[in-house]
Amino acid sequence: MTENAVAQFAIYMLTLLTLAKPLGWYMACIYQNQPIGVNRWLTSVENLIYRLSRINPNEEMRWTDYAIAVLAFNLLSILLLFTLQRFQSILPFNPQQLPDVNPDLAFNTAISFATNTNWQAYSGEMTMSYLTQMLGLTVQNFLSAATGMAVLAAFSRGFTRRNSNTLGNYWVDLTRSILYILLPLSLLWSLALVGQGVVQTFNPYQTIPLTETIKHTQPKLDAYGQTWRDEAGNTVMETLEVREQTLALGPAASQIAIKQLGTNGGGFFNVNSAHPFENPTPLSNFLEMLAILLIPAALCHTFGTMVGDTRQGWAILAAMSLVFVALVAVTVNAEQIGNPQLSAMGVDQAASSLQSGGNMEGKEVRFGIANSSLWAVATTAASNGSVNAMLDSFTPLGGMVPMWLMQLGEVIFGGVGSGLYGMLVFAIIAVFVAGLMIGRTPEYLGKKIEAYEMKMAAIVILIPPLLVLGGTAVAVLADAGKLAVFNPGAHGFSEILYALSSAGNNNGSAFGGLSANSAFYNILLGLSMLCSRYWLIVPVLAIAGSLAEKKIVPVGPGTLPTHTPLFVLLLITTVLLVGALTFVPALALGPIVEHLIMLGLT
Amino acid sequence: MLMVWTVITGVAYPLAVTGLAKLLFPVQANGSLITGNHGEPLGSALIGQAFSDPKYFWGRPSATSPYPYNAGASSGSNLGPTNPALVESVKARIEALQMADPDNRLPIPVDLITSSASGLDPHISLAAAFYQTNRVAKARKMPIHTLHALINANTEPRQWFILGEPRVNVLRLNMAMDGKTR
Repeated sequence: MTENAVAQFAIYMLTLLTLAKPLGWYMACIYQNQPIGVNRWLTSVENLIYRLSRINPNEEMRWTDYAIAVLAFNLLSILLLFTLQRFQSILPFNPQQLPDVNPDLAFNTAISFATNTNWQAYSGEMTMSYLTQMLGLTVQNFLSAATGMAVLAAFSRGFTRRNSNTLGNYWVDLTRSILYILLPLSLLWSLALVGQGVVQTFNPYQTIPLTETIKHTQPKLDAYGQTWRDEAGNTVMETLEVREQTLALGPAASQIAIKQLGTNGGGFFNVNSAHPFENPTPLSNFLEMLAILLIPAALCHTFGTMVGDTRQGWAILAAMSLVFVALVAVTVNAEQIGNPQLSAMGVDQAASSLQSGGNMEGKEVRFGIANSSLWAVATTAASNGSVNAMLDSFTPLGGMVPMWLMQLGEVIFGGVGSGLYGMLVFAIIAVFVAGLMIGRTPEYLGKKIEAYEMKMAAIVILIPPLLVLGGTAVAVLADAGKLAVFNPGAHGFSEILYALSSAGNNNGSAFGGLSANSAFYNILLGLSMLCSRYWLIVPVLAIAGSLAEKKIVPVGPGTLPTHTPLFVLLLITTVLLVGALTFVPALALGPIVEHLIMLGLT
Repeated sequence: MLMVWTVITGVAYPLAVTGLAKLLFPVQANGSLITGNHGEPLGSALIGQAFSDPKYFWGRPSATSPYPYNAGASSGSNLGPTNPALVESVKARIEALQMADPDNRLPIPVDLITSSASGLDPHISLAAAFYQTNRVAKARKMPIHTLHALINANTEPRQWFILGEPRVNVLRLNMAMDGKTR
């Protein structure tokens, strides 16, 4: 790592951890309905929302009611988003006159945005009208994030309540997450981003005369869009001159702010936050990266505050941060070393005061190696999935880290809400393992962990690997799965494994070479995203419901303290062991083999 | 509930941001366009344009289709590090650079022969700019130190001395050389 890379990374972590405490405390106040200014000024708005939606905010829900509300609301969201895409050509705010989205892509995208995955099999500026982007995609950016946060709030109540059979009210948790947390932060972030140059306009695309005419040759098409062939059967080529540049614009900043803050990750433009209009400067890049991990990190403190022992929250945050720091170092180093095949051609990849050097294929100059690598790790540690560099062009090891971070189950920070409840399930597993070792009944935060909780925790931990590895097996066996591969050899396998890892853990980033916009992948990945989101939410709520019914066991000499460095280490080991045992064989066939090939060792 | 939130987050929120953006940052919100001395639009300060004439500084290779720097369809190459096609295109780019400037002995900076993530990268590294001064100076019959001064004038340093990487804005530099901007 260069000195500047270390400095940038240190500033990033420092800012993140400093902000985690005040924001975490604020969110705890919101979920516990303690008066702190904002939620008093806006009470009338909050109550109006309940009145319009005919909801009684004082009604308490059992875990089953809570789960049903989540599922029903999400199903409705998926249907609305699907419908919007299918009819966008006859709806307003479509200045580029984009056609309706085809059914399998609309199915995939609807699920993708409702599940907080934001996998994008399409190119934003060429597929989605302004109306679809706003009414459909932006709305789901808020709702899917708020759903994750609501489920986490309910899960936390499982630990705080005793002899209770309710977990709170989904509609209230959802409303408060958006109104008091996501909306104000998004407003702040979007304006800061516009100040840096992110576009925010309803004007149609802008055309500019070019200084230099571009000549390019392409197959000539007839009136039906078919390529012309001459008598010998050869394709007829034509040379076109391009004298103008068309700048794709749109209301991007408002969507980008929430895509980052809500760990959604779905870009406004095709290349996501690598696009200069989506992420124009190093400062906008810093703000967007900060937004990726901000709420997931702060929620750790929210959890600690809610369960009445902030040390518990810090222990979880420490475990997440340690894994994160180690993996950032691996990626930055792999990318900075660069590609030996280019060095062999006399290309200068060394970092100096004049260039960042390293593997620059698929990276932007303003971000260089340090910010591209840091972003890649942050976006996959959290289940964000936005990118500011093309992961498909990363070095094998540099690209393996993001892939493995997703495969760990999106618990190193993870999605807003979903990351922490995932990590807490790992904490339950960790105390269970420790309990087995010392021969005592495991307990976590005063609640006994028994067979029912362990069964549910096992489901939560086993479903994503099943979806990832099972889905990869299906894709490599099917012709439609293999045809979509862009890069040859081991890297091609990595593309498939990456796509399934991304969908099976609701991340949404991609090795972009894979042509995923086919009926096969749209349906396979759509189902995978659906299962990995809702099959986890239900058992997580079941654990919470069961814990809420239990009484609190007083701390005794046999209690394993869960705020100590020892427990942090135990938790990290549990996460890494499960992740390594499950995925190292698959990774060996992709990035590891490719690394050896790149070094010329095979 | 869904309808209420669709109206608030899908209509009110983007409209509010658009309104405030127009008020506070009118230029940035509409694409940071740069205009020439006579007010003619020259492009966006944030979006690169394709240059291949020896008298201009060239930007990063662009993988957009069907032609480079297509700002309506951003795209990276997605070529993997061990893909033979990557080696082939890098080789071709090195040859093009050497053909345009045969007596240049400087090492070729990596960003000048690898395609950017967006295909629209408006910047090159300082190393990539200095590498090209020999060719541009000859084509324009301009002294090298004038070019160095222009490069420095169009260099964007690290933000707040730390963030990002120092870089040269290719479109601004070329327009300044043509005397289209002051």
